[in-house]
Amino acid sequence: MEITRLRYMADQIARNLVPHGEALAIEGTFQHIRDYWDPRMKAAILADDPLALSPIAAAAVVMLAQPDR
Amino acid sequence: MGYEPQADFGTPEISSDTQVCLTIDGRKVTVPAGTSLMRAAATCGGSIPSLCATDSLEAFGSCRMCLVEIEGRRGTPASCTTPAEEGMVVHTQSKRLARLRKGVMELYISDHPLDCLTCSANNDCELQDAAAEVGLRDVRYGYAGANHLGLATDSSNPYFDFDPSKCIACSRCVRACDEVQGTLALTIDGRGFASKVSAGQASDDFFSSECVSCGACVQACPTATLQEKAVKEIGKPERAVVTTCAYCGVGCTFRAEMRGEQLVRMVPWKDGKANHGHSCVKGRFAWGYANHQDRITRPMIRESIDQPWREVSWDEALSHTAARLNTIKAQSGARALGGITSSRCTNEEVWLVQKLVRAGFGSNNVDTCARVCHSPTGYGLSKTYGTSAGTQDFDSVMDADVVMVIGANPTDGHPVFASRLKRRLRQGARLIVIDPRRIDLVRSPHIEAAHHLALQPGTNVAVLTAMAHAIVTERLADEQFIRERCDWDEYQDWAQFVAQDRHSPEVLEPVTRVPAEELRKAARLYATGGNGAIYYGLGVTEHSQGSSTVMAIANLAMVTGNIGRRGVGVNPLRGQNNVQGSCDMGSFPHELPGYRHIAGAEVRASFEADWLVSLDPEPGLRIPNMLDAALDGSFRALYVQGEDILQSDPNTHHVAAGLKAMDLVIVHDLFLNETANYAHVFLPGSTFLEKTGTFTNAERRIQMVRKVMEPANGMEDWQVTQALAQAMGLDWNYSDSGQIMDEISRLTPTFAGVSHARLDAEGSLQWPVDSAHPDGSPIMHVDGFVRGKGKFMVTDYVPTDERTGPRYPLLLTTGRTLSQYNVGAQTRRTANTIWHPEDLLEMHPADAENRGLKDGDWARLASRTGETTLRVTVTDRVAPGVVYTTFHHPATQANVVTTEYSDWATNCPEYKVTAVQVVPSNGPSEWQESYASWSEKSRRINRVAGE
Repeated sequence: MEITRLRYMADQIARNLVPHGEALAIEGTFQHIRDYWDPRMKAAILADDPLALSPIAAAAVVMLAQPDR
Repeated sequence: MGYEPQADFGTPEISSDTQVCLTIDGRKVTVPAGTSLMRAAATCGGSIPSLCATDSLEAFGSCRMCLVEIEGRRGTPASCTTPAEEGMVVHTQSKRLARLRKGVMELYISDHPLDCLTCSANNDCELQDAAAEVGLRDVRYGYAGANHLGLATDSSNPYFDFDPSKCIACSRCVRACDEVQGTLALTIDGRGFASKVSAGQASDDFFSSECVSCGACVQACPTATLQEKAVKEIGKPERAVVTTCAYCGVGCTFRAEMRGEQLVRMVPWKDGKANHGHSCVKGRFAWGYANHQDRITRPMIRESIDQPWREVSWDEALSHTAARLNTIKAQSGARALGGITSSRCTNEEVWLVQKLVRAGFGSNNVDTCARVCHSPTGYGLSKTYGTSAGTQDFDSVMDADVVMVIGANPTDGHPVFASRLKRRLRQGARLIVIDPRRIDLVRSPHIEAAHHLALQPGTNVAVLTAMAHAIVTERLADEQFIRERCDWDEYQDWAQFVAQDRHSPEVLEPVTRVPAEELRKAARLYATGGNGAIYYGLGVTEHSQGSSTVMAIANLAMVTGNIGRRGVGVNPLRGQNNVQGSCDMGSFPHELPGYRHIAGAEVRASFEADWLVSLDPEPGLRIPNMLDAALDGSFRALYVQGEDILQSDPNTHHVAAGLKAMDLVIVHDLFLNETANYAHVFLPGSTFLEKTGTFTNAERRIQMVRKVMEPANGMEDWQVTQALAQAMGLDWNYSDSGQIMDEISRLTPTFAGVSHARLDAEGSLQWPVDSAHPDGSPIMHVDGFVRGKGKFMVTDYVPTDERTGPRYPLLLTTGRTLSQYNVGAQTRRTANTIWHPEDLLEMHPADAENRGLKDGDWARLASRTGETTLRVTVTDRVAPGVVYTTFHHPATQANVVTTEYSDWATNCPEYKVTAVQVVPSNGPSEWQESYASWSEKSRRINRVAGE
């Protein structure tokens, strides 16, 4: 998957959830990726450099990596 | 059924709590108060001759044929205009009445051609019937006097003729255009003997007039004056089958009137709950594509897309395709395969395609055209209300006091609903239009919007949040409704958010370009004007904040208490005929039918137990993700039923690259569409006239589609999908589509009470049809939201990343016209092209002047993704800085220009905002030339020898 496209998608989700506050935005971005992204998209964003993402999206991806989530 | 015209009760049905009992010709009859004597007589099986009356129109009382006698009253009143009263004793037949009626008929016939045997309406003519009923044998006045018999026929309309020599000046056509359609294109010109039906000005014919070819006048005409050309050519139908239109999401039902296997005409069905006997130019007339010479009826395969197609047998096509699918699955895994369901196909067909993908391919890579239209509706309404559908039936609009139309153009996109809306507006409801363009509803005969908020494209959320700001800060919120029906804490958070100064109409005016005071007035009107109903379209969803906009709309309805009863609600106007159904049937990659997430173990288990397979618990790929994945080699095979993603999806170059990268593209369609240029297998499809199943319209109404002729390709589409599944080794054995619906109802709670037998008996059902709503649900969220408490969602305005600049200074927005449908695959193969032969670029006079462009000039339309050429139409319908075009023609391929930007939540493309430049041009773009050449090469067919 084209990683720049996935980064854009993750950041765009995060940007639209910012008004809910940081914690909810992180949780919301995580849930969105978990619920709507195909496994290869998740794998690609998990393998990506977190610094290439906005802080909220990066935190959501960290959450995605947790096996109990 | 055999051929009989639908019963005509003469005057419209009346609704009243009071019943009156009277006697007509010795028969007791009870009818609602206000019912005409004519209708009352028809109700008890009587028949009063009439010519100017029909039950789709208000009584007119001009022909003087329907006279009756009422005991205790003098004279012979017209039964069409006389209301029934308690205790009345009415006689419809007497010597006096017979003499009067015969006298009237003599006058009519003295100026009417006596060519019944060769007339196209022979044996289907109300004038002829009336003459027979009154026993007319001679005309005392002769036929030599002044008459209209020499008047020329107007054949300018491609679908019907107007022969004024047969006109009896009953005004039914004029009244149909006024009352039913609401275009007011026709009039009676002149007086007395000179009276004649006229379409517009004296210089106009039907084609050049304002007529929109809805067919209401033709349907209303009691003679052969306005007659379908097809009836003239083919003859009178011999049978009729009620079925559902395959064009837009209104879901009109029609009588398909047939002679043998030949369709003679489509006549709107008066008992249709969505259309009540009305139609538009597409459903009424544009069905000729079904037998167009471009139709492909034999399967074809090829090894690579640069080869010509090779016609093969169904067996060879299916075994070849199944083998290729199984090989790719074995090599690359189930997630390398996927499918796209069709919103033009039936629920049953959609169900089978998504089942084939999930249970056969083994992935959840299934998506549908709703991805590019109303996926944000599903997301937004599900988050706020708990269900992915509109809240009202269409009839609800007749109880609305304020109608807010946002990003929709109903007169073009949903014309039959628009006619009902206009009827309500003519009765006095107020209208707010939020749209960058001045759509027809803003100002048309007898209609004028109270407010037109001509916002800058891409600022929907800003406008709606500013409206919410005005409502909250001016204390117009319906606090009682909110406390009872919504989460109060969430409301307070939301109210605090929208009340911030940065959301005020004044602060946002430079962004939205909507004058703050106008916006405040619109907000006040919506909040305080009585029943407020919102209708919206793709101008809401096809944005980077499409889902946010849907949620902002849902918020507005909740904060004003405009939800959960007649006359209010949130109503997405769905584009394609079965886009609601295709979404209901589990066409999204993250959810099973009935909008239940694939990760839900219990739901998944119910399908696994029924289908005897294990399902992938992970979401699949959306269409744009499929194309991305194709480019990296992880997505290799795609089955596309009844969609043309190359033409309809954004950034055509990217779509083409994705399709080209796939090893196997299977197109299942009527025609070699643009996507088929990149396909390896072509499976011929069947039209809606050739299949049985159901469509679900925008009001969640499930209606039968009935086969009226055998499929030209030999199989209905569900049979093709089943044959492919069987070739792949799946044990599917549906013997008819009703069995598929039984499976749908077994596995989908909202469809629990739906079956073909029940639909046949009841006509239609609106889901949910379950134990709580055994007869369906015309209005949703009546006693509470589906999710429990209504949820206010904070929606902050986030500007799109698509920005204008020196290189691309204009904003392009796209849309549809009345005469064409979607990518035009069907309508371009009908006479509808006479109204819209090419896509045009609307441009404001100032922008055109700056570029040296005049009306009709060729211009190059360029964005950062591509360019195309098309002709310019200069108009102030669009604001300066905004240009607009349609996407109906592949020669233009407007989506070469649109970008990959999409809605943050659903990836619905941002069709409505593309930064472009427009410059004069003298010929097609390089891409257009190369694509035309490629397309021609790709469509070569090696026919079977001897065929």
